[in-house]
Amino acid sequence: MADESLFEFLHMEIVSHVYKEQQSSKGEMDSKDRAVCVSVLEGMGFRVGQGLIERLTRDSPSFKDELDIMKFICKDFWTKVFRRQVDNLRTNHQGTYVLQDNKFALLTQLSSGKQYLDQAPKYLAFSCGMVRGALSNLGLDSVVTAEVSVMPSCKFQVVIQKL
Amino acid sequence: DLKASSRVTNSELFTLTYGALVTQLCKDYENDEEVNKQLDKMGYNIGVRLIEDFLAQTADVIAKVAFKMYLGITPSVTNWSPAGDEFSLMLENNPLVDFVELPDNHSTLIYSNLLCGVLRGALEMVQMAVDVRFVQDTLRGDSVTEIRMKFIKRIEENLPAGDE
Repeated sequence: MADESLFEFLHMEIVSHVYKEQQSSKGEMDSKDRAVCVSVLEGMGFRVGQGLIERLTRDSPSFKDELDIMKFICKDFWTKVFRRQVDNLRTNHQGTYVLQDNKFALLTQLSSGKQYLDQAPKYLAFSCGMVRGALSNLGLDSVVTAEVSVMPSCKFQVVIQKL
Repeated sequence: DLKASSRVTNSELFTLTYGALVTQLCKDYENDEEVNKQLDKMGYNIGVRLIEDFLAQTADVIAKVAFKMYLGITPSVTNWSPAGDEFSLMLENNPLVDFVELPDNHSTLIYSNLLCGVLRGALEMVQMAVDVRFVQDTLRGDSVTEIRMKFIKRIEENLPAGDE
């Protein structure tokens, strides 16, 4: 149990640092600053996701297809990183997937319900990056975004980019 | 494949994330000295939260395990102070006072004060100095019994038992 809080505290501290860094030069943050913060966090998450998936799949057989990969993300990857499986996976079978986690590990500390809803995106950027990094190492280019309507439930949208 | 995933421990997530942080800090700052300072500052913030987390878990253990085991009741843990070093245990019923009524000439008697001593002594045995007191008491007309516990400090040396 100690391991999990340590990562969660580290994550919160990283988010806090990135926002403070961006703010310090100006005193105020506009939407462009916020976009930079999200981008920095997402980039950090990307490299972590790549590293994690490499270790997770080192000795497994290759995946059958895209859906197989997404199921792996929803079960094995999610369990290792967020200590639970994705509650619901939906797809249009044309490269778009929605992963719903009703008790997202990195949001439970924030609140339950609508309090701090506007803060939620800060705490999702890194995780979006992790998912994108994991998929990237598995051969899938994607765009990953997340949205929250009621904490701590959130939906990750993955759009696989066709070349 | 659960066998593969079990090889990735939670500490790998932490390790990889920490690596990403250090990399980012080296980009943000000109020299190693600055990075060192930032890491120390961030570590400090985390350390403070770790103790708060630890205290929260201790509070939970006290309420859900100890009280349940010894008194058969489960108080709720509430009213955390902003600093995270103080909380209340709310007891809806207190077995010690079953069938008890305070006579008028003992209005300042804290009938269940033994409990405060028990909590204080027990926590001292796990190197924590705490202040424990009743702030509400059903025996004195309050709707609920509330024990307030404040973390004072960690005890460094081992005091021999019964030193007082």
